Amino acid sequence: MSPRVGVVTFPGSLDDRDAQRAIRLAGAEPVALWHGTTDLSKVDAVVLPGGFSYGDYLRAGAIARFSPIMTSIIDAANDGMPVFGICNGFQVLCESHLLPGALTRNDHLHFICRDQKLRIENTTSAFTSGFAANQEIVIPLKNGEGSYIADERTLDELEATGRIIARYIDGNPNGSRRDIAGITNEAGNVVGLMPHPEHAVEAGFGPSLDGLTFFTSVLSRLVNT
Amino acid sequence: MSIDTTAQAAATPDAQQPWSELGLKADEYARIKEILGRRPTSAELAMYSVMWSEHCSYKSSKVHLRQFGDKAPKTDALLVGMGENAGVVDVGDGYAVTFKVESHNHPSYVEPYQGAATGIGGIVRDILTMGARPVAVMDPLRFGPADAQDTQRVLPGIVAGIGGYGNCLGLPNIGGEVVFDQSYLGNPLVNALCVGVMKHEDILLATASGTGNLVVLFGAKTGGDGIGGVSVLASETFDADGPAKRPSVQVGDPFTEKVLIECCLEIFAEDIIVGIQDLGGAGISCATSELASNGDGGMHVILDSVPLRDATLSPEEILMSESQERMCAILEPANLDQFMEICAKWDVDAVVIGTVNSSGRLTIEWQGEQIVDVPPRTVAHEGPVYNRPFSKPASQDALAANSASSLARPTSADEFVETVLALVGSPNLADKSWITSQYDRYVLGNTASATPEDAGMVRIDDSTSRGVAISTDCNARFTMLNPYLGAQLALSEAYRNVAATGARPLAVTNCLNFGSPEDPSVMWQFSEAVTGLADACLTLGVPVTGGNVSFYNQTGETAILPTPVVGVLGVIDDVHTHLSHGLPADDLTLIVLGETKAEFDGSEWAHVVHAHLGGQPPQPDLEAERQLAEVLISAATEGMVSAAHDLSDGGLAQAVVEMCLRGNRGATLNLSGDAFTGLWSESVARAVVAVTSEQSAGLLALAQQHGVPAAVMGTSGGTSFVVNSPDVTFSIALDTLRKVHTATLPALFDH
Repeated sequence: MSPRVGVVTFPGSLDDRDAQRAIRLAGAEPVALWHGTTDLSKVDAVVLPGGFSYGDYLRAGAIARFSPIMTSIIDAANDGMPVFGICNGFQVLCESHLLPGALTRNDHLHFICRDQKLRIENTTSAFTSGFAANQEIVIPLKNGEGSYIADERTLDELEATGRIIARYIDGNPNGSRRDIAGITNEAGNVVGLMPHPEHAVEAGFGPSLDGLTFFTSVLSRLVNT
Repeated sequence: MSIDTTAQAAATPDAQQPWSELGLKADEYARIKEILGRRPTSAELAMYSVMWSEHCSYKSSKVHLRQFGDKAPKTDALLVGMGENAGVVDVGDGYAVTFKVESHNHPSYVEPYQGAATGIGGIVRDILTMGARPVAVMDPLRFGPADAQDTQRVLPGIVAGIGGYGNCLGLPNIGGEVVFDQSYLGNPLVNALCVGVMKHEDILLATASGTGNLVVLFGAKTGGDGIGGVSVLASETFDADGPAKRPSVQVGDPFTEKVLIECCLEIFAEDIIVGIQDLGGAGISCATSELASNGDGGMHVILDSVPLRDATLSPEEILMSESQERMCAILEPANLDQFMEICAKWDVDAVVIGTVNSSGRLTIEWQGEQIVDVPPRTVAHEGPVYNRPFSKPASQDALAANSASSLARPTSADEFVETVLALVGSPNLADKSWITSQYDRYVLGNTASATPEDAGMVRIDDSTSRGVAISTDCNARFTMLNPYLGAQLALSEAYRNVAATGARPLAVTNCLNFGSPEDPSVMWQFSEAVTGLADACLTLGVPVTGGNVSFYNQTGETAILPTPVVGVLGVIDDVHTHLSHGLPADDLTLIVLGETKAEFDGSEWAHVVHAHLGGQPPQPDLEAERQLAEVLISAATEGMVSAAHDLSDGGLAQAVVEMCLRGNRGATLNLSGDAFTGLWSESVARAVVAVTSEQSAGLLALAQQHGVPAAVMGTSGGTSFVVNSPDVTFSIALDTLRKVHTATLPALFDH
């Protein structure tokens, strides 16, 4: 039986069906999870998709963090379940304190959509183990509040412990500190990424197929454990 | 305040009413009295005034728009024609596609961000109302000169509004246009197109039938925003002094709309409604009268049931409010619980506001008193119809005689280089990614092609490879020179753009942006353009499925250039075969398809280099367009070309430079004739394709088979754009071209 990977739909989630498609193409079974319940439907991993949960009112991810499903996800993540937050999902993970720091308004103040080059710097996390060290990839980036920020000590610690999973190269698109595109927690099971790997999984519909590896990485971990 | 009931109206026939202030003419007010057999109540007056406004009733355009139906080509593809919220076409495999373009020009001038945002919101609800899942949007935009002070105000706001609303709805923005011209300085054009997908059996219509069925209002609460937006804003010309009408512009909340979309789609999937209508212009007045008019003809509404954001609103204001993100559904009472359950799941407010009956009247009560009692057809469909006088403007012949042929042309190599760079960096032809990168083009995962490609293309569903391509176009300078031909040229270009991606053009929508219909010169432009477009649609076999007319686009006495924006939708069996314009490899042969004539009147060259507008536009050749399209479609399907680009604004020079920059490699053009004509003519029915040595013979044979002239004109490769000709030889480094092409908009708008 293929692993079950849940995708949460909050009101205002946009890339939820796209995350489901990526999970399916990676060979796992996507499971739709509804924000209003605490039921994780026996999934083996969770993706928090991109979008504007609750209209991003107050702050991006600030309201979603208090939804019933997040209570269960926070518990499961602390027990080691792989959790992947993409874009708005990354913002939710920071608001939930599963990841340190915060994502703020792009430094140029515009929403930006472009094909973005990244360097993968961590190949041990639940969602990046399939990449080669320092592999360069291109996946879409699209956000208005993607500038990663944390205090200097946290940034130093992320660097020292290899928890920066990907950095922007050939141009920082949003003013992220130290060009950070994504990070993981200490255990490596919770990963947040600002660009959108689920939009680089199918020939003809995105700049590359590089995004698929994020999903096959977690799949191989789930199959091997 | 006392309530103006129907009884009071009957008892006080001579009470003074503000019909003139509400935009009604004396004869229109008289006709309302005749219909009702008494004076209207203030609520009825409000309803008639908004529904009989130009924007809602099409009273000046109706007599001309009939041609789109009368001259419609015979086609099996059209499932729902004009008159509904949007037309629906069959795209095969049981799928249907609905698409439409609309204007939100006046609100966007007053309040750029909200005006543009709610323009997206409105067109998306139109598409949703047909039962479709909206899958993509596009925005044809027109502004005053790029460096004008007011353009600095409106452009960033409009772009941010489109992005802010569209991105939050999760709809990819796959194309559109950005055009700058002096005539739009006091009246920018913000048109919005949406396309949606459904199965044939899921098509819904705006109809209220079945006596005893319930009328449910759901979505956002009703507030004071946008009251009279339609009648006050869309039907009145801006004074040169500038606007002071901000409260009339609606305020949008994309999050509410996103939730409303998902809620509606879940309701549609359960098949529990009889009819549905969105609330846009004229709000509840429009929705109830249209639903009743299309159905059994009777409806009773209890206006007190409408959930309000502002408890002080009068019944007239509630009827006229254009608060966004609202829908109205008709359903059987047995399905109410399930309907309410779905709304509750999505936290969408829903309330029964009335019932369908067989009275033939739309009656509305407020605090237990009857305030409206009208035959709904007279509100929704039997508004006034005007045969406005039209006459060719006295200046038209002089304009047509003022050809660009005598303008100074480049002769030396340096002058040719200068001309290439001037055009490549001009605001109309420069790179638009400062704008388009603010739009999400990837969401939904079905985007096969987006700006800056010739047409946007999306897969209609991820269970199939079938896709639709859409392009919107209009060269308003051509339409100014000759509105009949200009409208045909707009269609030609959109048709060609769709074919240049490999898709087969199928249907047309349009957004007809013109000045005041009370000006006979404008009415002449309008009548000529509609006739030209209807004739061309018949010839090309693509029916008009719907659209929108926007009049009163002028500042003081000065109208905008007549701008009939034409959107063409095409179908492609497999989106993986679609064509792009970037040069993918070195050593490809560049072939120009079609015939190049010395046609420069109204061209980008005349506009940019000489600020000249006069003469006659390029001569349309619809049969040649059709044959060119056949070549491009077959070539895509058979894999006979490696890249393709339509030739239009800026001619061959601009097209090949764009192919170079997109593919990041150079090209050499070897022109045999007059270099200036070869590079900058804007003759129709032309495209440039790049082929490998294996593809070349097949493509040339295909062109010959369709009678399309094909001339080998150059090769790809190197790091420069090189032109060799008997007259002149020059070369420009790609780096220089890229710098000039990409610097223009950031320099103007990055602050």
